[in-house]
Amino acid sequence: MSNLHDIPVATRSGCDERPVLRERGQREVFCGLTGIVWLHRKLQDAFFLVVGSRTCAHLIQSAAGVMIFAEPRFGTAILTDRDLAGMADANDELDRLCVTLLERRPEIRTLFLVGSCPSEVIKLDLARAAERLNARLLPQVRVLSYSGSGIETTFTQGEDAALRTFVPLMPHTDARQLMVVGCLPDIVEDQFRRQFEQLGIADVVFLPGRRAADVPAIGPNTDLLPAQPFNGDTVRALVARGARLLRAPYPFGAEGTTAWLQAAARAWGVSPAAFDAVTGPARARAETALARQRPLLAGRSLFMLPDSQLEPSLARFLHRELGMRLIEVGTPFLDRQMVSEELALLPDDIVLSEGQHLDRQLDRVRAARPDLTVCGLGLANPLEAEGLATKWSIELVFSPIHGYDQAGDLAELFARPFARRARLAV
Amino acid sequence: MQLTLWTYEGPPHIGAMRIATSMRDLHYVLHAPQGDTYADLLFTMIERQDRRPPVTYTTFQARDLGGSTAELVKAAVAEAFERFRPAALLVGDSCTAELIQDQSGALAAGMQLPIPVVALELPAYSKKENWGAAETFYHLVRALLADQVPAPGSKRPPRDPARRPRANLLGPTVLGFRCRDDVTEIRRLLDALGIDVNVVAPLGASVDDLRRLPDADFNIDLYPEVSRTLTGWLNRSFGMPATRTIPMGVGATRDFIAEVAALAGVDPSPLLGGETPGAAGRSSSASRQPWYARSVDSTYLTGKRVFIFADATHAIAAARIAAEEMGFTVVGLGCYARDFARDVREAAARYGVEALISDDYLEVEKAIAAAAPELVLGTQMERHIAKRLGIACAVISSPIHVQDVPARYSPVYGFEGANVLFDSWVHPLVMGLEEHLLQMFRDDFEFNDAAPASHLPAVAAQTMAVAELGMSDADDGPAWTADGERELKKIPFFVRGKARRNTESYARSRGLSTITVETLYDAKAHFAR
Repeated sequence: MSNLHDIPVATRSGCDERPVLRERGQREVFCGLTGIVWLHRKLQDAFFLVVGSRTCAHLIQSAAGVMIFAEPRFGTAILTDRDLAGMADANDELDRLCVTLLERRPEIRTLFLVGSCPSEVIKLDLARAAERLNARLLPQVRVLSYSGSGIETTFTQGEDAALRTFVPLMPHTDARQLMVVGCLPDIVEDQFRRQFEQLGIADVVFLPGRRAADVPAIGPNTDLLPAQPFNGDTVRALVARGARLLRAPYPFGAEGTTAWLQAAARAWGVSPAAFDAVTGPARARAETALARQRPLLAGRSLFMLPDSQLEPSLARFLHRELGMRLIEVGTPFLDRQMVSEELALLPDDIVLSEGQHLDRQLDRVRAARPDLTVCGLGLANPLEAEGLATKWSIELVFSPIHGYDQAGDLAELFARPFARRARLAV
Repeated sequence: MQLTLWTYEGPPHIGAMRIATSMRDLHYVLHAPQGDTYADLLFTMIERQDRRPPVTYTTFQARDLGGSTAELVKAAVAEAFERFRPAALLVGDSCTAELIQDQSGALAAGMQLPIPVVALELPAYSKKENWGAAETFYHLVRALLADQVPAPGSKRPPRDPARRPRANLLGPTVLGFRCRDDVTEIRRLLDALGIDVNVVAPLGASVDDLRRLPDADFNIDLYPEVSRTLTGWLNRSFGMPATRTIPMGVGATRDFIAEVAALAGVDPSPLLGGETPGAAGRSSSASRQPWYARSVDSTYLTGKRVFIFADATHAIAAARIAAEEMGFTVVGLGCYARDFARDVREAAARYGVEALISDDYLEVEKAIAAAAPELVLGTQMERHIAKRLGIACAVISSPIHVQDVPARYSPVYGFEGANVLFDSWVHPLVMGLEEHLLQMFRDDFEFNDAAPASHLPAVAAQTMAVAELGMSDADDGPAWTADGERELKKIPFFVRGKARRNTESYARSRGLSTITVETLYDAKAHFAR
């Protein structure tokens, strides 16, 4: 298999009949290690130790400009020549580093060993390393492992792989509960918790919680409501533990948030009248905020390059609630099970693409000359220099964008490039 | 294994990218997995480049391993050549590709492309970014000049006296520190001496420009981290001498002019004629720096304690400026690259300090905290350290961030560079007159700790307060009496942290369990300089 033999084909597969343009080639997408940037802020008792190369360390510090944290809760165990030549036993070295690290940071309760491209290629067994360290460190510290390597994972799949590690640790419960799956900013989590409470859904747990040590229970009476479309493996592992998946679009925009909350409300037998009474005011607030941005966005064309797997959901929001015209919606990996409800809401006349062949895709961007291109930071300034307005996709991952009260902010992120252009006279 | 929170340098292939991206018609095929494209944003965001770096990544995946990764290399090389039509191609491995040993360079060389293909071997598990840049620059030029190297022992013909002497400016790159403006500044100096610039490389150069390097009479080794390997080879192979002086600061710029004039065989007086070392007054130099440093407003700079940590080139030059041109006291000097450790150690010895050679950010932070400087001159890493410790800071070297690529003309080399450095080192400090006013009116309700110096950002007060908290060893240290604490509060906030620390360490060394007003002043007398 090579790039040259890989001629893009539009295929129809599965139950959804929508054709997908699958491409193979150079990708301008982060690897799964990048998820550490938000995971380490969310999980306040966890440390993420990448076992990798200098490139991995450089990637994490450059990808998000996270130098703002004086001493972050992540680091890299950099493999050196000595490790590769077998002069040093990599396992002993890793144990030594972990112990040093934990002495420095006694407040850490969970240590994630994160595999990288080099550690996967040399087949350093981090799962065994975690077992070995657990025998020594439990119950003080639990050591978990997952891979965020670029040869196996793309950008947001790193979060999926991290959350997946919690599933085997979850105790069994027969209690009725709602589990929201996916990392959310604390403020958004609090808003959703209040809304569920008002709906009479009191037993709500969030995965992940704010502390990695607090692992929720799971069982046949757990309803799963994914808040992020990229946690497919975690969701499937939870379903394998007996939980039931609630299907819904994701809570972006007034419509998406309503449909998402409704999926939970229906499963919990909340009456339509009660649902409207609780969500009505918040929904009206969101619609007012969206109405302010709509004139800037309606009728404008949009091209989304693959980045976070949020693309189908955001495209649905931008098209249905703000009237944007979709040209191509690219996603690094299309997990149909996770986005079936979103795909059903997308118009038929768009190109849905999966994977990437960067140069060919940029040819399509230049041919289409969209009003707005959503892309990574490596491409934004070059496209702006070609006269194309851009929106950095990474901001969509790092900003609070879920729920009614962020709907206006989310729309504003896309409207800002137009507002800015309208202001500048130079 | 080495535990790292932040790294000063990227892996060596980032150095190769800096060479490729600096040039106009060079392309780099990098055998690398998904994710390594993060490097693009260093160029497009930090440096605000308006084009993508000329790099094609093979983007191999786990399922390609053990079979088709070599095919991916060939496909990527063929596609890159077809699409971008470069004048030469670099081919190499990132850290992961190095492990799977596809010999990407050899594969590409075997494809019979009609352009030079340079295979890069940059060991990612032992070397770093600057080394990678130097090695790439050297191998690229060597490959392009292979057929021009004269027979060993042949003598370089003397310059035709009818033509002006010519120099190459070597080493400036994107993501280097202020390279764009330094080049302009050095061009001006050379022009005033009647010396032509033959080639500037790699910044802005074409592949053909590199083939013309031997047309110059000598080389200017502007950024030795990137260019010294190459200038050494050009000296050995083509008999081209190279400069050693880095023209940063007034004194060094004067030395540089003398050195360049000697190499070129020209009269330095058009530039040095107007320079009067040791003299006061505006007319003593082409730079305003000597007069500004002598003007009475600058007396408050005397003996300010400065800690310098950067790449070797900028660190050594900055130490000389700090000591000889600003009247500071150098309390720390170091660099993050072992390759140039000897030069830094020699310089440190001149200022009576021990050189800190380390790429461990935490070790640097510890050394800065221990030295308790009033100003830190460093990289963007030291900016963060200084912010945390509440110490003034100016950035003097890569690694840089977006604010270190200013829109305005701001070289650090040459006479104008000396002006820029004076401003950028003095501005973070509390100004002279303001320092006195803070002393006199420290009880004024509008003029206290919560109201920091007028030219500093509003957040300064907050970070300084945090820094002071962080500096106090409340747990095991001697206790402050209420009187002592009150007196301490009267000391201006920007030196209070140091006063507290000094007093506590003095008390500890004397075995005192409480600190009174008397202890505070005893300690002050003890530490008085």
